[in-house]
Amino acid sequence: MPATRAALEARGRILRAVRAWFEREGFLEVSTPARVLSPGQEVHLDAIPAADGHWLITSPEYHLKRLVADGLSPIFEICRCWRAEETGPHHRTEFTMLEWYRANAPLEVLAADCEALVSLAVQAAGRDPAALGLGAPFARTSVRELFARHAGIALTGGETAAELRAAAESAGVGIGTATAWDDIFYQVFLDRIEPELARSGPTFVFDWPAPLGALARPHPRDPRVVERFELYAAGLELANAFGELTDPVEQRRRFEEEAGIRAARGKAVYPIDEALLAALPQMPPTAGIALGLDRLIMLATGARDISEVQAF
Amino acid sequence: MYDTSDIRKGLKIMIDGSPYTVVEFQFVKPGKGAAFTRTKMKNLLTGGVLERNLRSGERLEPADVETKTMQYLYADADSFVFMDTTTYDQVQIPKATIGDQAGFMPENTNVEVLFFNGRAVGVTLPNFIEQAVVEADPGHRGDTATGATKPAKISTGASINVPLFINVGDVIKIDTRNGQYLERLSRA
Repeated sequence: MPATRAALEARGRILRAVRAWFEREGFLEVSTPARVLSPGQEVHLDAIPAADGHWLITSPEYHLKRLVADGLSPIFEICRCWRAEETGPHHRTEFTMLEWYRANAPLEVLAADCEALVSLAVQAAGRDPAALGLGAPFARTSVRELFARHAGIALTGGETAAELRAAAESAGVGIGTATAWDDIFYQVFLDRIEPELARSGPTFVFDWPAPLGALARPHPRDPRVVERFELYAAGLELANAFGELTDPVEQRRRFEEEAGIRAARGKAVYPIDEALLAALPQMPPTAGIALGLDRLIMLATGARDISEVQAF
Repeated sequence: MYDTSDIRKGLKIMIDGSPYTVVEFQFVKPGKGAAFTRTKMKNLLTGGVLERNLRSGERLEPADVETKTMQYLYADADSFVFMDTTTYDQVQIPKATIGDQAGFMPENTNVEVLFFNGRAVGVTLPNFIEQAVVEADPGHRGDTATGATKPAKISTGASINVPLFINVGDVIKIDTRNGQYLERLSRA
């Protein structure tokens, strides 16, 4: 379903309101390259080739972290990202990402930012956040709490894939042939957790298991989880935030591990972003977040399909 | 074998030993996880609906099912006899397999017969049939608008509820999917 004129007008108002909010908060708007040599190395993201060994970005995070390491903060960017073979009611191969970074800020500050942005987006769409159940504060929970409550699984983040598989099977989740830790995790998540989140109001899910660490730093009190939250609202996975990992040794280990898994699965293996690794030691403790702007507009306007908020 | 990229409406696959047909499907993908296809399927034997999140790369076993248009010929002691309308081959289907649908199945009518692993496991009747009423209590003239009903038996054997004005010998139209009376086509 193509976007209506009213939806495009709401999109325009939301974009202006978002930019105005970041300006009021003292952020610098930056632009980073869309075409790079080292796109995101994550196992489940596939970049689109862009000639001469380059790729279109799946997220601007590597360049944004380098800017923070250079002393720029707080910063934000609104840009296009591309993820191959992602098409569905909540997915488009080409979509708009909003990312922002705050040096020397705890993760919780980004959660408060999200609450403010959802409110102003809903208002810019001409609707009332409180009446829609989208008013602050949003619920806050943890991955462990969700697994215990909705799947009956005592998840620690320290279990092996075999242990997690056994726990999922005894909880009655059909795991199929999955053997990788994250594949088992997400089968449980989609079968048992996500339907519950879709029925709840907006919810921050904190403290993700270490095997899903990506660019997040280990939690100071429990290294089996990382400092990461995801925001879910109205069945949409809206944003993903990290207490950013600044340890270049650990980051290189994770990149190499991901590259190894990609190679084993016959996927393209991207060069490790050495400029990012070289910049990490200069980076202050930072909280960074990526928010799907199209999905925020879906939430604000009540759209059920991402095509309802894009002109083409 | 199929994989998740083959999923489309009407695909017939085996799940937990039963044949299913795909009714709806949707791409879902957690930001940091593998892609899944959220798939709603109907059990071809029981009609029950099941939803599964099928991870990309999972292999799916095709269900060995086919439907054939066949003509219902007659019943014998414990089975119904059907004929393939192109090859004239005849097959017998146990009465228990057809169940209550038998009461809505006129002789010499084409039905869709479902075969699973080469064995007939069910039929799909035409949505509507026209049958004469063979048993009913006497009619109540003038009582046409109250919505009250009475039981009546139709020539194919089923007992259904009909309006009070219907008499033995009337030809009526029936929805075979729910056994409901729709209208009177001719009077006795």
